[in-house]
Amino acid sequence: MTTNVIEQDSHDEHHDDHKMTGIKRWLYTTNHKDIGTLYLWFAFIMFLTGGALAMVIRAELFQPGLQIVEPDFFNQLTTVHGLVMVFGAIMPAFTGFANWMLPMMLGAPDMALPRMNNWSFWILPFAFAILLGSFFMESGAPNFGWTFYAPLSTTYSNGSTAFFVFAVHIMGISSIMGAINIVVTIMNMRAPGMTYMKMPLFVWTFFITAYLLIAVMPVLAGVVTMLLTDTYFGTSFFDAAGGGDPVMFQHIFWFFGHPEVYIMILPAFGIVSTTIPAFSRKRLFGYSSMVYATSSIALLSFIVWAHHMFTTGMPLFGELFFMYCTMLIAVPTGVKVFNWVATMWRGSLTFETPMLFSIAFVILFTIGGFSGLMLAMTPVDFQYHDTYFVVAHFHYVLVTGSLFSLYAGAYFWLPKWTGHMYNDTLSKWHFWCSLISVNLLFFPMHFLGLAGMPRRIPDYALQFADFNKWVSIGGFAFGLSQLIFLAVVIKCIRGGEKAPAKPWDGAIGLEWTVASPAPYHTFTTPPPQSDIDNADQHEH
Amino acid sequence: MSTNDDKANMNKDTNSGIQSNNRTVRKLLLVVVAMFGFGFALVPLYDVFCDITGLNGKTNDTAAIYEDGGIDTSRTVKVQFITRNAKGIPWNFEPVINEIDVHPGEMKLVSFYAKNKADHDIIGQAVPSVSPGLAANYFHKIECFCFTQQPLAAGKDVEMSLQFYVDVELPSDINTLTLSYTLYDITEKSS
Repeated sequence: MTTNVIEQDSHDEHHDDHKMTGIKRWLYTTNHKDIGTLYLWFAFIMFLTGGALAMVIRAELFQPGLQIVEPDFFNQLTTVHGLVMVFGAIMPAFTGFANWMLPMMLGAPDMALPRMNNWSFWILPFAFAILLGSFFMESGAPNFGWTFYAPLSTTYSNGSTAFFVFAVHIMGISSIMGAINIVVTIMNMRAPGMTYMKMPLFVWTFFITAYLLIAVMPVLAGVVTMLLTDTYFGTSFFDAAGGGDPVMFQHIFWFFGHPEVYIMILPAFGIVSTTIPAFSRKRLFGYSSMVYATSSIALLSFIVWAHHMFTTGMPLFGELFFMYCTMLIAVPTGVKVFNWVATMWRGSLTFETPMLFSIAFVILFTIGGFSGLMLAMTPVDFQYHDTYFVVAHFHYVLVTGSLFSLYAGAYFWLPKWTGHMYNDTLSKWHFWCSLISVNLLFFPMHFLGLAGMPRRIPDYALQFADFNKWVSIGGFAFGLSQLIFLAVVIKCIRGGEKAPAKPWDGAIGLEWTVASPAPYHTFTTPPPQSDIDNADQHEH
Repeated sequence: MSTNDDKANMNKDTNSGIQSNNRTVRKLLLVVVAMFGFGFALVPLYDVFCDITGLNGKTNDTAAIYEDGGIDTSRTVKVQFITRNAKGIPWNFEPVINEIDVHPGEMKLVSFYAKNKADHDIIGQAVPSVSPGLAANYFHKIECFCFTQQPLAAGKDVEMSLQFYVDVELPSDINTLTLSYTLYDITEKSS
């Protein structure tokens, strides 16, 4: 099969004749660019879906008292919002970037396993059909939080556990297949002459992330299987009555869950490590240290999980161990932030939209990192645990961190994807509206949490009313601002100023050596060594 | 350069490429399977880890043998008893005395009262836990109703005994132990 593709490519101008049309093109495609596009659109649709759920949450919390939804339905909203955003929006969006960009950055004709690539995308819609479909079942959707702690998800489940477990299984299989594809592509498909340390940092971060996925997604699959058998087949993994232990659930879940948060942020590091040098017109400061910092973060992520569980009654030495290990992660993360700032230092900066999102990423992600450090401290965590402070923390790292990096990357590569420049004015509106509203949305949550407002509640004490009103207004504004992005993308696909092969004068990388829009098949012959050397991110 | 040669080379490259791809995939799949197994291996590992370290307040679930290490009359440790019913078990379940002062090494016998208020027979199972967790390894039960299931006919009541001693090695910063029993209805599971 692969041979066929290559033979077709040798007469490039004819390949369109072999391409299927309409829905079949998208169903049967094994082309990395098509699959990347599918992932990105799916992620964006899921982002809007999860966002819509968040809008209902914020509407309910606009005023104290129960206004719009029942508490049980509120719990379903928070649970599904979390699951959709984590597994449906952020992770598939990064996989979309990986599919589009990795082969082009490595000088490879396609992903290593194109047929599996098709599978790993096309099972995802089924997973989310099951998850979202459970809203319309008698039981209702999962209501036990995206962390699905036992016994909430077993003994006290509303009956949605089976749907939830199967949906997570499918998402897990999809992620594992996607990750295997990424690893094999990076290991085996690099153009001759592209050594590991010549790979763009973007590729490195996806490489390490894929390893994390391969290591922990099976553990997630294991723990949801235990939930399933506990709930429906009479086992007692997490049931004390049968000799199990509910605290063990949290250990196994967070053994997956903590590397998972790095799965969602390491690729973001890769994206801004591409955009910041491009708009600073400098090489990335400290390329090698970036590679080592990313690897250290990944390794450390395996020994910090119990910092989510300080209040479960761990002995003091356990709390200290996990506290110090967690704080240690600030070191490699600090190296990264330092390197981004050092890259900008004395660069000739311009502030195109991708750069704006990247700079906002560096500042706001750092705020999220600092609140993470505060949460890492055992003594104060007892106050912050399960409050809005935690909500503020992880939304800073996931929204102004991961999501903003995705926007930076999307604006950066949209000209390459579509062949048109995006509408600059609209994109600036998108950025500034998002920036202001996202801080109005999430910053006051810190104070709410410090003042003691618990997370995952539909109602709250009166003293939290003012802050919650502003948070909700910020939420609605942020939600609406994302529709501007949709408009920008649609306009950009339909037309606009013709993009040159390399629209950003400071950008480096093999993807800019091919035309815009990128031809359906690229690098059917490997790029020349000079191009690979030019794409090297090391400082000279 | 002839085009045919190029094609032949490309085919050869592609074939060896596919082979090395398959090798890498196999290795990675092995990691996936191993990690799936590791998730389940965490279950016994966790039990062993808790056993050794006494984390989590898990006490011995089979009878301990009294080791006469002398009684440390210079120390007095307060042992408190609390009981809790898990969801859906209609029993009265409470300690006969709420707390007792013991010297480390001294054997004590206390009892718990249970009454089945339901109109059907129920098998109960009490699950103990000690707080602070690190004290669990120093709390030895010689005899405990929690070692076995407790079948109780409708409307019947029973006094159940617990014989224990606190180890003389109990760390000196621990002066109060709380033993908590949670009672579960296991009628369905044991039938």
